[in-house]
Amino acid sequence: MIVVKDIWKTFGGKSVLNGLSLEIPRGETLVIMGRSGCGKSVLLKIITGLIAADAGEIWFDSTEISRLKAKELNAIRQKIGMLFQSAALFDSMTVAENIAFMLDQHTKLTQAEMRKVVDEKLSLVDLEGVQELRPAELSGGMRKRVGLARALAFNPEVILYDEPTTGLDPVTCNEINQLIRDLHEKLQVTSVVVTHDMHSAFSVATRMAMIHEGKQIAYGAPDEILNNDDPILQQFILFGAPDQILNMENPVLQEFIGRQDRGAHGELAL
Amino acid sequence: MNHHFPTDERSGGFRILLKSRLHNTLSEIGKAWTLFFQTLVQIFRPPLQLELLTKQLLLVGFNSLSVVLVSGFFTGMVLGVQGYIQLKPFAVEGSVARFVCVSVVKELGPMITAFVLAGRIGASITAELSTMKVTEQIDALEVMGTNPVKYLVVPRFLACAIMLPTLTIFSTFAGIAGGFIAVVSLFDVNGHFFLLEVQRNLFVASVLVSLIKATSFGMAIAAVGCYKGFSISAAGGAEGVGTATTGSAVISLIAILVLDFVLNHILFNILGWV
Ligand SMILES: Nc1ncnc2c1ncn2[C@@H]1O[C@H](COP(=O)(O)OP(=O)(O)O)[C@@H](O)[C@H]1O
Ligand SMILES: [Mg+2]
Repeated sequence: MIVVKDIWKTFGGKSVLNGLSLEIPRGETLVIMGRSGCGKSVLLKIITGLIAADAGEIWFDSTEISRLKAKELNAIRQKIGMLFQSAALFDSMTVAENIAFMLDQHTKLTQAEMRKVVDEKLSLVDLEGVQELRPAELSGGMRKRVGLARALAFNPEVILYDEPTTGLDPVTCNEINQLIRDLHEKLQVTSVVVTHDMHSAFSVATRMAMIHEGKQIAYGAPDEILNNDDPILQQFILFGAPDQILNMENPVLQEFIGRQDRGAHGELAL
Repeated sequence: MNHHFPTDERSGGFRILLKSRLHNTLSEIGKAWTLFFQTLVQIFRPPLQLELLTKQLLLVGFNSLSVVLVSGFFTGMVLGVQGYIQLKPFAVEGSVARFVCVSVVKELGPMITAFVLAGRIGASITAELSTMKVTEQIDALEVMGTNPVKYLVVPRFLACAIMLPTLTIFSTFAGIAGGFIAVVSLFDVNGHFFLLEVQRNLFVASVLVSLIKATSFGMAIAAVGCYKGFSISAAGGAEGVGTATTGSAVISLIAILVLDFVLNHILFNILGWV
């Protein structure tokens, strides 16, 4: 449904994406992993047309978005819900106004109808009675939930999550992961989760991709990823993933652990 | 002549630095104009956003009215005292009313109002928009299909363009009142005569000049404030917000002074208004 084709992007001489290609199949939850600063947020911003790529194409079904006019791009954007890393709630508005923002801007719904949608979306993200609060009064986890409710307000076909669990305590992380899975089942949406949190990655993914140095270095179902013998990927998983899902039979992993035990981790050091 | 310009590495480096700074400055000015023209285009696109505009009008107007009145009043008093003292040796102290009136209407009324608003409103626009930028709120607007220039810049721009002339009328009256009170109470000038002189020197053209200036200053303050807010890099964080905010006030003040000179030249020199 979304195809990222050979995307290049540099910022002031510093290259971030170097010919990145990815496929996001309909109905899947694709987790994109990569180290901090590897360009995950930039990729999401290129997919939503917030940043223009230097070269490459983004296909949304049969439409290529980089050459669209503002109006056509906005029509595509209305099918995409995005949860920002910082939630990006509007400080000057209440929770209800935040969630109803797109309805207010793009539809002629009455106040009462909008209130109904707000309540419905809040209950989807397991929140109640926060309608009249300001974003500043919410905890980190609640902000993410409200951000998610706002992303859901227009019934998107695709939800993009930018590091949904970063900066949250483990219990809240787990709740958010649960929520991502639930929404995926209930709404049958296509989801893209960008993260470097391996617990979260393996608990929500139906597909996974790894970005390193601006390129995709691995792609597949979670068990394929676990068995992939790319050393960079294996380090990432080894340091981040819960033990019980690690495949200790994997030769690369065994060799890597062996070297760690011998204290000769210099060659593979992060 | 060449020996006047040492051609060692340092001077080369300096020249390159100067060149790149000049290049940066020019490209920033270019981008600011682009935002200005985008704003003009968006003003005429539906919807009207009356609610947002009203909110900004109240914010700009109410928050600054008292400061503008006080600043205008004291400026008028200063002008009255200084004017009387300077004119007295020539035995034309009777012209002090004219001096106060013309200075306040054509120059200081709009100028003082603009200075107050540059410091208060311009800076707060930059602080607000740059905070929205670093917390990804502007990206969020855009992802939700709302044009940030239309939604954020247009109401602020219109509010400043409308409120600056409005507040200028208040500061001008306060200035003339300040001059009147200072001169009449401190010196031997007849109050009735003062007011008559003011009336005689208050031309429609002068008031028009005052309002044209004020409107231009208002647009400049909003344009600079919004541009500085938007142009912060998302990685700037809280520190970036602070730098952008002070930068905004300073650039607005300079822009106002330059604009004042340019408008004086056009209105009085080229068009020959009084
Ligand atoms: N608007 C921008 N201007 C300049 N550099 C940027 C911009 N956005 C991101 N970058 C740079 O691109 C790189 C990738 O950033 P990002 O996508 O945010 O990383 P992450 O994978 O942690 O989300 C970083 O080095 C960042 O400094
Ligand atoms: Mg990021």
